[in-house]
Amino acid sequence: MLQNKSFVRKTRQGRVVKVVREHYLRDDIYCGASFCKVCVTSAAKLTPSDSAILVVDTNVVLNQAIPIPTHPRFTLGHIDLLENPGIDGVVLLSVVLDEVKNKNLAVYNRIRALCSNALRKFFVFSNEHHKETYVKAMAGESPNDRNDRAIRVAAQWYQNHLGSTTRVVLITNDRENKRKAIEEGIAAETVDSYVKSLGQPALLDLLVHPPSEDASMMEVEDLRPSKKKVIYTEHKPMSEITSGLHRGIYHQGKLRVNRYNPFEAYVGSESIGDEIIVYGRGNMNRAFDGDIVAVELLPQDQWHTEKSMTIADEDDDEEEDVHLAPGSADDAPRVTNLVPGSGRGVSSVSSRPSGHVVGIIKRNWHSYCGSLEPMPLPAGNGGVAHALFVSKDRRIPKVRIKTRQLGNLLDKRIVVAVDSWDCLSRYPSGHYVRTIGDIGDRDTESEVVLIDNDIDTRPFSAQVLSCLPPLPWSVSSEDLANPIRQDLRHLTVFSVDPPGCKDIDDALHCTALPGGNFEVGVHIADVTNFVHPGTPLDDEATQRGTSVYLVERRIDMLPKPLTEDICSLRADIERLAFSVIWEMTPEAEIISTRYTKSVIKSSAALSYVEAQARMDDSRMTDQVTKDLRNMNKLAKIMRQRRIDRGALTLASAEVKFQIDTETHDPLDIGMYQIREANQMVEEFMLAANISVAEKILNHFPPCSLLRRHPSPTKEMLEPLLRTTAALGLSLDLSSSKALADSLDRAVGDDPYFNKLIRILATRCMSQAVYFCSGDLSPPEFYHYGLAAPLYTHFTSPIRRYADVIVHRLLAASLGIYKLPNIFQDRPQLTSIADNLNYRHRNAQMASRASVELHTIIYFRKRPTDTEGRIVKMRSNGFIVFVPKYGIEGPVYLTLRGEKGGGEWVVDEQQQKVRKIDGSVSYSVLQTVRIHMEVVEPQPNRPKLQLTLL
Amino acid sequence: MEYVNPEGIREDGRRPLEMRHLHAEIGTVARADGSAVFEMGNTKVIAAVYGPREVQNRSQQLNDQALVRCEYSMPNFSTGDRMRKPKGDRRSTEISLVIRQTMEACILTHLMPRSQIDIFVQVLSADGGTRSACINAATLALADAGIPMRDLVTSCSAGYLNSTPLLDLSYFEDSAGGPDVTVGILPKLDKVTLLQMDARLPIDIFENVVQLATEGCKAVANYIHEVLLENTKQLEYRRGL
Repeated sequence: MLQNKSFVRKTRQGRVVKVVREHYLRDDIYCGASFCKVCVTSAAKLTPSDSAILVVDTNVVLNQAIPIPTHPRFTLGHIDLLENPGIDGVVLLSVVLDEVKNKNLAVYNRIRALCSNALRKFFVFSNEHHKETYVKAMAGESPNDRNDRAIRVAAQWYQNHLGSTTRVVLITNDRENKRKAIEEGIAAETVDSYVKSLGQPALLDLLVHPPSEDASMMEVEDLRPSKKKVIYTEHKPMSEITSGLHRGIYHQGKLRVNRYNPFEAYVGSESIGDEIIVYGRGNMNRAFDGDIVAVELLPQDQWHTEKSMTIADEDDDEEEDVHLAPGSADDAPRVTNLVPGSGRGVSSVSSRPSGHVVGIIKRNWHSYCGSLEPMPLPAGNGGVAHALFVSKDRRIPKVRIKTRQLGNLLDKRIVVAVDSWDCLSRYPSGHYVRTIGDIGDRDTESEVVLIDNDIDTRPFSAQVLSCLPPLPWSVSSEDLANPIRQDLRHLTVFSVDPPGCKDIDDALHCTALPGGNFEVGVHIADVTNFVHPGTPLDDEATQRGTSVYLVERRIDMLPKPLTEDICSLRADIERLAFSVIWEMTPEAEIISTRYTKSVIKSSAALSYVEAQARMDDSRMTDQVTKDLRNMNKLAKIMRQRRIDRGALTLASAEVKFQIDTETHDPLDIGMYQIREANQMVEEFMLAANISVAEKILNHFPPCSLLRRHPSPTKEMLEPLLRTTAALGLSLDLSSSKALADSLDRAVGDDPYFNKLIRILATRCMSQAVYFCSGDLSPPEFYHYGLAAPLYTHFTSPIRRYADVIVHRLLAASLGIYKLPNIFQDRPQLTSIADNLNYRHRNAQMASRASVELHTIIYFRKRPTDTEGRIVKMRSNGFIVFVPKYGIEGPVYLTLRGEKGGGEWVVDEQQQKVRKIDGSVSYSVLQTVRIHMEVVEPQPNRPKLQLTLL
Repeated sequence: MEYVNPEGIREDGRRPLEMRHLHAEIGTVARADGSAVFEMGNTKVIAAVYGPREVQNRSQQLNDQALVRCEYSMPNFSTGDRMRKPKGDRRSTEISLVIRQTMEACILTHLMPRSQIDIFVQVLSADGGTRSACINAATLALADAGIPMRDLVTSCSAGYLNSTPLLDLSYFEDSAGGPDVTVGILPKLDKVTLLQMDARLPIDIFENVVQLATEGCKAVANYIHEVLLENTKQLEYRRGL
């Protein structure tokens, strides 16, 4: 049967076009009930065991969609409820899915994931293409009403189709729709009444509460009269925002909240080409981190005063915590001075434009991890209680939730989703999603770290595991006979890795050639021999992007058999590899480079310590040790040459834990020691990566995956300059070479001084990123830190997906395999690169968070006195960096509460804080003795506190 | 964009291997020697054939075979936006050429030396696959005109979107920018006379897509056969045989 769908559309040029599309109606769309006698049941998902078949309306699915005031259809949704296994046997109509897709793609993806999940009974019924359920819009009927009618017709059809023995319930939150449905004889219920009828209180908490109810609830709860007033200014209507953006009054951009000061946010605006600073929650006007907002600039004379006013205004107690020393500019706090009215003259900060949010164009709400603010249990347990949720992420404001299980939740880590934020309410309101576990429990907190960083910890699915080769796997005769694969088993190959490393993805060899030259090979696990493009395994790895290393566990990118066995280049086992082999002169000049797939047999899997010991022990004269020494010699030359070229020797305060094997509690903590052996391996890996980058870019100029490190801007280096200027040092920033040289010259009176300066410099750099070579021009390919014009990642395909892509590119450039299709699709390649950057960053953040977590666990039982260095001045104290443990945190000179007591004076120019009578003063980089102790100012909120001795 | 949803249904309700609704009529232009209207869904094309007749321009006359000329046009009203296009633009010149070459390959031109056959094709309504519809309409019109042919040429397109080969792309799917393979075959002889694609596809997928388009051509051929048979029966009936 044929229907024509015709509608009128406005083109981009502003012309109005009539679009006519065909719409075929089918009779082969089945109901999806396994007990249906009429339909084909091969794809059926609904079983008779479900108490009822639920047909859901769009407003049930959609979460926090843009509320359309004229129509109640799109108000609030319950995707979290649907994701709970307590709800099953759901029919999703294609009309509902289309509406969800148009309103909120994220929710659409979640609901699609539910539909494809074999464990859940979610069935998609294409009612729009079914002969009997297609509904043609009547004259004068709005699209919403037409869709409502379509949903009712489909529900009716289900009831008639399955007969009276099956209960079909239409779930809708739209009163009008429910009324009409009941009039037409369809069983209809609202979400609330349906969930209540199930009698599961845990499900009830997942319900979203309409904003009107929330506002009234607040007034009852908060007796303070000030609460009744409007706290935030109303958002401007969308039409006004659009015209404002057109006229240049408003500026659009993504709001990013300062990680270290939640009352300060930045909006990167293209229209003024600078970042607009938004100070205070009032000016942020209910915007969350990541929201796309419209900002209006404040008058210039308010740019400074506005700041001091709002900070004093906020009564939340937010203070800086002890945290891990940041590794790069991206996660370091911004250059701002929290102090109201401190004696700063004309500074660069005050000249930056500040503004306030007038409207939110796109919300970035998702669910957040955290816990409830401690509060006394209400007298009648079991009733509905209101609680404030505090997110672990400091950038997120407190969220008001309603719960019926307060007693259970108080000492738990929970996940909460945000639903709405009324301008009458100080805090947004949300609903409970699920419980993770007890606060302070190591496993729970690790889980929180993973969720916060969006890391997928689910076990690999059966489809993914089915892509693995059968175990036990070994190199077969076919592999050896394969002409593309060179047999390199005769070489003395060995690997050097951190102790206890199971995923060994690189190995080395070095043989002296008759002419005095050396043949040096880097052998990388041949992961692409097992991970083929387009397989579920490959898709999963693309999504995960990287393995994540926490202190006590590892979340793999590839399933364990591949990671630890089949791909891992273990000692004395034949393994497949992808090799880069150079011929080098004794001066480490590369004469020739050769790439080949190979079979190797590693003769030793050394740790860095072992390798170092072998090199240092003059009694050892075996082959491996000799090779190691030769390589070390070459590596030193290569390293020197690289440094001469201008590569930066940066430093970071990486720490290492010794973990108790039984309890997984940290036993000891210390700086990660870098040995010559580390540097040697690193040098050859860098060389391999650079060689491969050149090769693939040469073959595939538009679609290579490379890695670049942008040069730091002047603003980014400013904190470093200010510190060094106070110390009387000058840094030359004109090039990486100049910077490297001036860093070398920055030697103080103690051995750690230079390293500290390097750590501070590292913090000012941005992070290196992956990109698709077609997206940028060659000068932008530059890797600043390594001073290399080209760089990529090739050497760790077991734990990084970027390397897998590069392996495929290299194989294609050698003519071994053809290039997979995605490389012809540049937007897709770009999106893969973006995802890799995102995952990579998250993995780093997760590792750091895990280290922070274990630091707290470690110090809980061991209050310690130690030495720290002052790295930053504040009016009421300073930030101290503790080199031994790699952490930094605030030390307060004045107690909290007597803020601005006036006893201490900060000298910005000298980077000094002085007592007013001049008796004591502290300056930047000064060594101080401090006491570290874990305190619990609030129950279940342990934190590390630093005090001056 | 999702052109095929996870339920395996395309935007217009078809499954990936289904064609649009076909409809053909013969003898729609009274003055012409042969004419036909061919519809594939909302794409509607009218074709008229004049000839074989005397060559109008003597200098073009061929002494061993017939001269085949083709004129394709797509009036402004055929698409949604009534953009005024200059006559004889690149696209219509190209399609004219494609149709002429395809038809030339199946007309037994050596039987009609020093004569001329004119094919006029006009798109009444465009919704993707106009090239194929034009060839199919021209075939029917030629058959109606009684011009000797080796076989009936039929044509159909196929594309590749969302990693799925799709038969007979509509305008919506065509404008997705994916590959669009137009195939023309001589179904009885099992020969390909037209193969066009202006995108890149890996060779193994390309083979699948061509295979699919060929299947589509065969389905069109079956339908055209039915129409012609029905038309012949009508003619017989009118003659009172």
